Amino acid sequence: MAITAGTFSSLELRDVGRSFGGHQALAGLDLTVRAGEFIALLGPSGCGKSTALNCLAGLLPLTHGQILLDGRRVDTVPSEKRGFGMVFQSYALFPHLTVEKNVAFGLQMRGLPRAEVARRVAEAIGLVKLQEHAKKLPGQLSGGQQQRVAIARAVVLEPSLVLMDEPLSNLDAKLRLDMRTEIRRLHQELGLTTIYVTHDQEEALSLADRLVVLREGRVQQIGTPDDLYDHPRNWHVADFMGYRNILAGDVVRGGAGGGEGAGAATVRVGALTLHGRTVGEAGAAGEVRVAVRPDDLTVLAPGQEPRDGNAVEGVVAVVEYHGREFAVVVQTADGTTLHVRTPVAPAVGETVRLTAAAERVLVFPADLTSAPAAAERAEAVTAA
Amino acid sequence: MTAFAERPARSTASLRHRLAERGIDSSLWLMVPALVFALALFVYPFSYGIGLTFQPSLATQEQWGGGVLANYVAFFRDPFVFDSIWITMRLALPAALFNVVASIPVAMVLRRKFRFKRLMTSVLVLPITLGTVLTAQGLLIFAGRQGWLNRFLLATGLVDQPVQLVNNYTGVMFSLIITGFPFAFLLVSSYLSGIDPSLDSAARTLGAGWWQRFRRITLPLLAPGLATTFILTFVLAFSVFPSARLVGDAMGSTRVMSLMAFRAFGEQNDYAMASTIALMMGVVELLVVAVVLAWRSLLYKGSTGGKG
Repeated sequence: MAITAGTFSSLELRDVGRSFGGHQALAGLDLTVRAGEFIALLGPSGCGKSTALNCLAGLLPLTHGQILLDGRRVDTVPSEKRGFGMVFQSYALFPHLTVEKNVAFGLQMRGLPRAEVARRVAEAIGLVKLQEHAKKLPGQLSGGQQQRVAIARAVVLEPSLVLMDEPLSNLDAKLRLDMRTEIRRLHQELGLTTIYVTHDQEEALSLADRLVVLREGRVQQIGTPDDLYDHPRNWHVADFMGYRNILAGDVVRGGAGGGEGAGAATVRVGALTLHGRTVGEAGAAGEVRVAVRPDDLTVLAPGQEPRDGNAVEGVVAVVEYHGREFAVVVQTADGTTLHVRTPVAPAVGETVRLTAAAERVLVFPADLTSAPAAAERAEAVTAA
Repeated sequence: MTAFAERPARSTASLRHRLAERGIDSSLWLMVPALVFALALFVYPFSYGIGLTFQPSLATQEQWGGGVLANYVAFFRDPFVFDSIWITMRLALPAALFNVVASIPVAMVLRRKFRFKRLMTSVLVLPITLGTVLTAQGLLIFAGRQGWLNRFLLATGLVDQPVQLVNNYTGVMFSLIITGFPFAFLLVSSYLSGIDPSLDSAARTLGAGWWQRFRRITLPLLAPGLATTFILTFVLAFSVFPSARLVGDAMGSTRVMSLMAFRAFGEQNDYAMASTIALMMGVVELLVVAVVLAWRSLLYKGSTGGKG
């Protein structure tokens, strides 16, 4: 019998919260995970994503809410009886045990017969391609190999759920890409259900079936990668989804029409006037954040007409070579910094005119704490 | 000439760099004070003491024979002296073992966060500041025949006669634990903080209960530190002198080696015999240390993943 995932149909988090002293590290997390799903918890450090994972693993008691596995409460079950696999950021390999014994540890704790332990250990080590290192101590392995051992140790138990806490953050860039593919391969091959914590949006977008974006302990948006990428719910999510240009401004004209959210708006940002599309409840007037991706800004050739009346003039401050394109930083007269990607490199110090389609200029309410969180919760429940 | 040609080319680096490569540089001067002290206060007196052991007094030579080795013959043949090895062992080994073993749970509890943690730690470590004489004095006042403890026990009718807790083996054992435990506790705590706490979390998610986590993860990683702690507390307890005299039974059950050496030196003016006993004390300690180190060498001693 090959290693497979433990079976269940759904894992439900209901209003899960955790406070430390008076500080709410995580509040009102509602999420239903279907078997076989790959969920990424995404957010900056201190957003509560690791807290959520530790609560799931049973390493932190909940201060609020419930966790249910197929309708049975598991938040009251001690960590060692939950049967969830966990991969730690520091790998947490037992330094005094060989690779084999590390992987065997969990099986031995379950009191499995020796022959079966040996067979499953060999299989798990084969799965992460570490056969020739089986007798080594973790200290003799490279970071990537240690990470593989940590993954093998977690999946050998055929857990119903695998929790991964920033597993790639200690690896160098190239290895990180390789391991990313590896994790996705194992997830698919074994039919695992994975909850993956990261602060790297690229990692989250490429791995996950669904993303949960967190900020200050609260869910900002839950959705598929393309959903979040194209329709961020607020400017914080947009910021995480690669909208590098986030500018503070005020609505001059337009705004949300009929609550459907996609109305046109004219926004004043410093000395600039931009035309964009409102998202959420950006009011007819008031403080907003304007978000534009670097790839949606274009450098205008001399004599070319700006799109939708969006024209910004500025001086090129930095040009970075990125292979096919250049990443350019442009400074406007009033000191606003804009990031642009362009196939042709302008010279540093040159004055350029930038433009963007109004469709690609997103206007969000500046206030992050308002309605979205509640709306999000409703959506999360229905999404299940 | 050809022989020279086959040599590798001489390094072109300056002499200073080549010396530094072998660890010889000006920072070695920092060793001078320590070297002076070591020579003046240890190497010379120690060698002198060894020399003394081979100059037995006439009385010893007449009584035990053996020429220049008369002191050693006396040491091994005279049961009054030789038995002090076992008497000292009977105190030092259990005391050191108790201090190390008792430190483990206390250090593990105090590693967690809770209220009064600082206060608890301070209370446990405070006896270090007392010194052996003050501890002995306190024990006499507290646990003596007329001490508070006995008066309380008599008053409450729990006992008919005062309990003999000092001026015997128990008194010295108490004193060794009071002075030795803080050392053991501090050492074990620092070894424990060197173990990455996520190892324990990992073991939990793999299904290990608290005893399995302790037995399979914490203890093996802590063991080399426990061996070191044992050695230090053992040496501390083995050279027990003030408490053996003050709260012990100096001529009976706590007739420890250091007391025998002091008796030879102070009461019999036999410096040679005193040196012999002191030297043998060192030899016995080294034997125990060697056994513990040999066991320690079998353990895993690499990184334990923590900050330590």
